[in-house]
Amino acid sequence: MLEFISQPWPWWISGIIIVSIMFTLLFFGKSFGFSSNLRTICTIAGAGKKVKFFDFDWKTQTWNLVFLVGAILGGFIAREFLSTDEPIKLAESTLQDLKAMGFEKPTSTQPLELFSLENAFSLKGFLVLAIGGLLVGFGSRYAGGCTSGHAISGLSDLQVPSLMAVIGFFIGGLIMTFLIFPLIFN
Amino acid sequence: MKFLKFLFVGIVFGIVMTKSEALSWYRIQEMFRFQSFHMYGIIGTAVVSGVIGVALIKKFKLRDISGAPILFFPKEKSILRYLIGGTIFGLGWALSGACPGPMVVNLGYGFISFTIVILFALIGTFLYGVIKDKIPH
Repeated sequence: MLEFISQPWPWWISGIIIVSIMFTLLFFGKSFGFSSNLRTICTIAGAGKKVKFFDFDWKTQTWNLVFLVGAILGGFIAREFLSTDEPIKLAESTLQDLKAMGFEKPTSTQPLELFSLENAFSLKGFLVLAIGGLLVGFGSRYAGGCTSGHAISGLSDLQVPSLMAVIGFFIGGLIMTFLIFPLIFN
Repeated sequence: MKFLKFLFVGIVFGIVMTKSEALSWYRIQEMFRFQSFHMYGIIGTAVVSGVIGVALIKKFKLRDISGAPILFFPKEKSILRYLIGGTIFGLGWALSGACPGPMVVNLGYGFISFTIVILFALIGTFLYGVIKDKIPH
């Protein structure tokens, strides 16, 4: 059993578990939306004193912060106890495209070219991580949600605004992948 | 104690993000290059079962654990904020390879460099709050 769950999970099992998380939260009287936590943390840090957007009773979001702590623990548990630590098996075409941009064959879950500490503290490496984070944080609040709030919860409720947001996610992702990556990774 | 159940659900979320490899920058690249079905399979399965489940909740007027009806609130009608905000999000998603959930899962997994991504995601959220009233919605 442990050997079985230590392999990477098939997409359909993963999809069913993710939607079960959404339904479990609904059953607990909450809704699945992770990026709200970013706003909550800004509020806890004191942003509500200066900016109205952050002036709300953050205690109503305690459950979501606890969920966030769980997510961190889950990542730790999966690596320590449920992992075979095999390099990720990517599509051959992706491997070739990435190679052309200077990425070696995967040796881990993440490219060390981007996420090793050594790279993270080089100027270019730092800027990639910082700008990436900045855009995600700004964009998720502007769009009113991220992948969990829009792509999973919103689309499940057939909400047109969520479809617009998901279309936006892809417009942005494609621009970055096909127009900007060739300029920064070559 | 009443929050313990959310800790448990969060742990399941962290594990499934890791074991589905949805937390990986590589998988997000594969997705945006349309070179693998994997991520589409994950999101597609979730959305199709989500649509069916939400329809059933509405049809049978199901209630939550406290006995209150499970309600769905329509999001504010607009096009601009979702398209522009979504596009900005997508640029960052492809660049860092992580949306907000997977960011913290990566940290738990041991990729300490995600501290930078998370810190700047907080700064990005703060900036939005500051200029919110000056940008189109």
